[in-house]
Amino acid sequence: MEAKEIELLQLLESNGRLSDETIASMIELDKEEVTAMIERLENECSILGYSTLINWAKVLNEEVVTAMIEVKVTPTRGKGFDQVAERIYRFEEVKALYLMSGGYDLSLTIEGNTMMEISRFVSDKLSTLDSVVSTVTHFVLKKYKHDGVIFEDQQDTDKRMVVSP
Amino acid sequence: MTESDNHFVADHIQDLKPSGIRRFFDLASQMDNVISLGVGEPDFVTPWNVIEASYHSLEQGYTAYTANAGLFELREAVSNFLATEYHVSYRAEDQLLITVGASQAIDVAFRAILNPGEEVIVIEPSFVSYIPAIELAGGKPVVVEAEETFEFKVQKEQIEAAITPNTKAILLCSPNNPTGASLDEQDLRAIAGVVKEHDLVVVSDEIYADLLYDDVYTSFASIDGMIDRTILISGFSKSFAMTGWRLGYAAGPASIIKAMTKIHQYTIMCAPTMAQYGALEALKNGRVKVQEMKNSYRQRRNYVVKALNDMGLTCHLPGGAFYVFPSIKATGMTSEAFAEALLEDQRVAVVPGNVFGASGEGYIRCSYAASMKQLAEAMKRMREFMKKMNLVDES
Ligand SMILES: Cc1ncc(COP(=O)(O)O)c(C=O)c1O
Repeated sequence: MEAKEIELLQLLESNGRLSDETIASMIELDKEEVTAMIERLENECSILGYSTLINWAKVLNEEVVTAMIEVKVTPTRGKGFDQVAERIYRFEEVKALYLMSGGYDLSLTIEGNTMMEISRFVSDKLSTLDSVVSTVTHFVLKKYKHDGVIFEDQQDTDKRMVVSP
Repeated sequence: MTESDNHFVADHIQDLKPSGIRRFFDLASQMDNVISLGVGEPDFVTPWNVIEASYHSLEQGYTAYTANAGLFELREAVSNFLATEYHVSYRAEDQLLITVGASQAIDVAFRAILNPGEEVIVIEPSFVSYIPAIELAGGKPVVVEAEETFEFKVQKEQIEAAITPNTKAILLCSPNNPTGASLDEQDLRAIAGVVKEHDLVVVSDEIYADLLYDDVYTSFASIDGMIDRTILISGFSKSFAMTGWRLGYAAGPASIIKAMTKIHQYTIMCAPTMAQYGALEALKNGRVKVQEMKNSYRQRRNYVVKALNDMGLTCHLPGGAFYVFPSIKATGMTSEAFAEALLEDQRVAVVPGNVFGASGEGYIRCSYAASMKQLAEAMKRMREFMKKMNLVDES
């Protein structure tokens, strides 16, 4: 992939709302070139979507419970971990799923409206899968940082004097 | 004794001109909702590993003085850094001095080399401290004006024309504050010829060396025969985002560094110890972060240069540092009038070019060390301002 494409992807990754025009001037391309480049990257699924990082804890009446679950599984002959992984990641409430090295096999992040909802998912859906040997559920108590972004309010971040040599 | 009675203050200090930046600072800091493009320092906070290393040094009780010239380990790290990045070789033992910012290195350099009345050629527009530093050291600044026609790169003929039997040194700064102009190897070679012919010494302020965006950086000291005639000055403020740490260094021939260290030893003792430990970490593990910051500045430079040109504030693409120096001549206003009106009307602070020397008249310095969000808003407001003055038609 050429350098400008990588630069474009990095810019969009840190701020998906940058306009094509702004990106164009930042990486010294024409607006049309940027638009075409983004379209191509979307078509080849290098860009999979545009989302917004929201601090739900700040939004009243909208409680989100997040848990991380360690799962030990028995791999399937011929398919390894992929088959059971697919069974799991197809559930909408599963937000992330990784195959891990170390003491367990799959790490999944799950979101729900209540703890109850999550524990029901674990007992009804996850543990009952044939290949699942055991699960350990950890509830998230507080988000400090997510996807490289710090969640604490950072007011008045510019600590510099307004004019300096 | 009254407030205005200053007969205790030395005459030559009373005569020293106050910096024009100060006045603008006072104006801008009284207003709300100001977006500042007037800041001469990075908008990044120092990389965390550097802060953490400095904490650690304090926790471990490294709270005493270091050697006058600075921690030996740090000098070794600087020596390695200069050798690998800029192909100049300096011994940690006697060719390096760790200072309180590049600012102190500049001060000490002139005090070490100038006899009363000896002349130093200064290329303007320039950083505001150069002329006072030379004057305070008893020297005589001789100004050469870099021109926009040459993208603010000084021409060797201009330097030649300014040389007199009293010329002792030339002060170079590339990439430049405030113009962003950057001298390439060929430019430096031409100047080196003059330096050699007239037996001069060069004080080379290379503090923005790591922030050169499109080319490979050439240090003046790396030009044939120049290492024995150059005092290379740099520091951690800009590329490592460490302005408040106050840490810089000078590298040069042993005889000059020895003289500088003598002054430093009596007046400063040593640079702050915890800052030196931070700097050591910066050199060891901070290079990746510098690249990231540099990339981000480059993108913002491109954005701002295009936006300014689009609104009729013409400027070339500056090679380095984090400043653009657009011409405001089309407005018919002076730099100060323009900057004041822009501040009053749109709450955008820029620095009038004339504070960097008379040849800066007709220009303003805009720093792009601000977030994209701030830059976008500043460009919007400036465009509005230009529209009001009927200098740009909205297409
Ligand atoms: C060209 C130039 N030299 C030196 C300095 C001073 O740097 P330091 O913070 O290392 O004293 C600055 C700071 O604005 C500068 O722009």
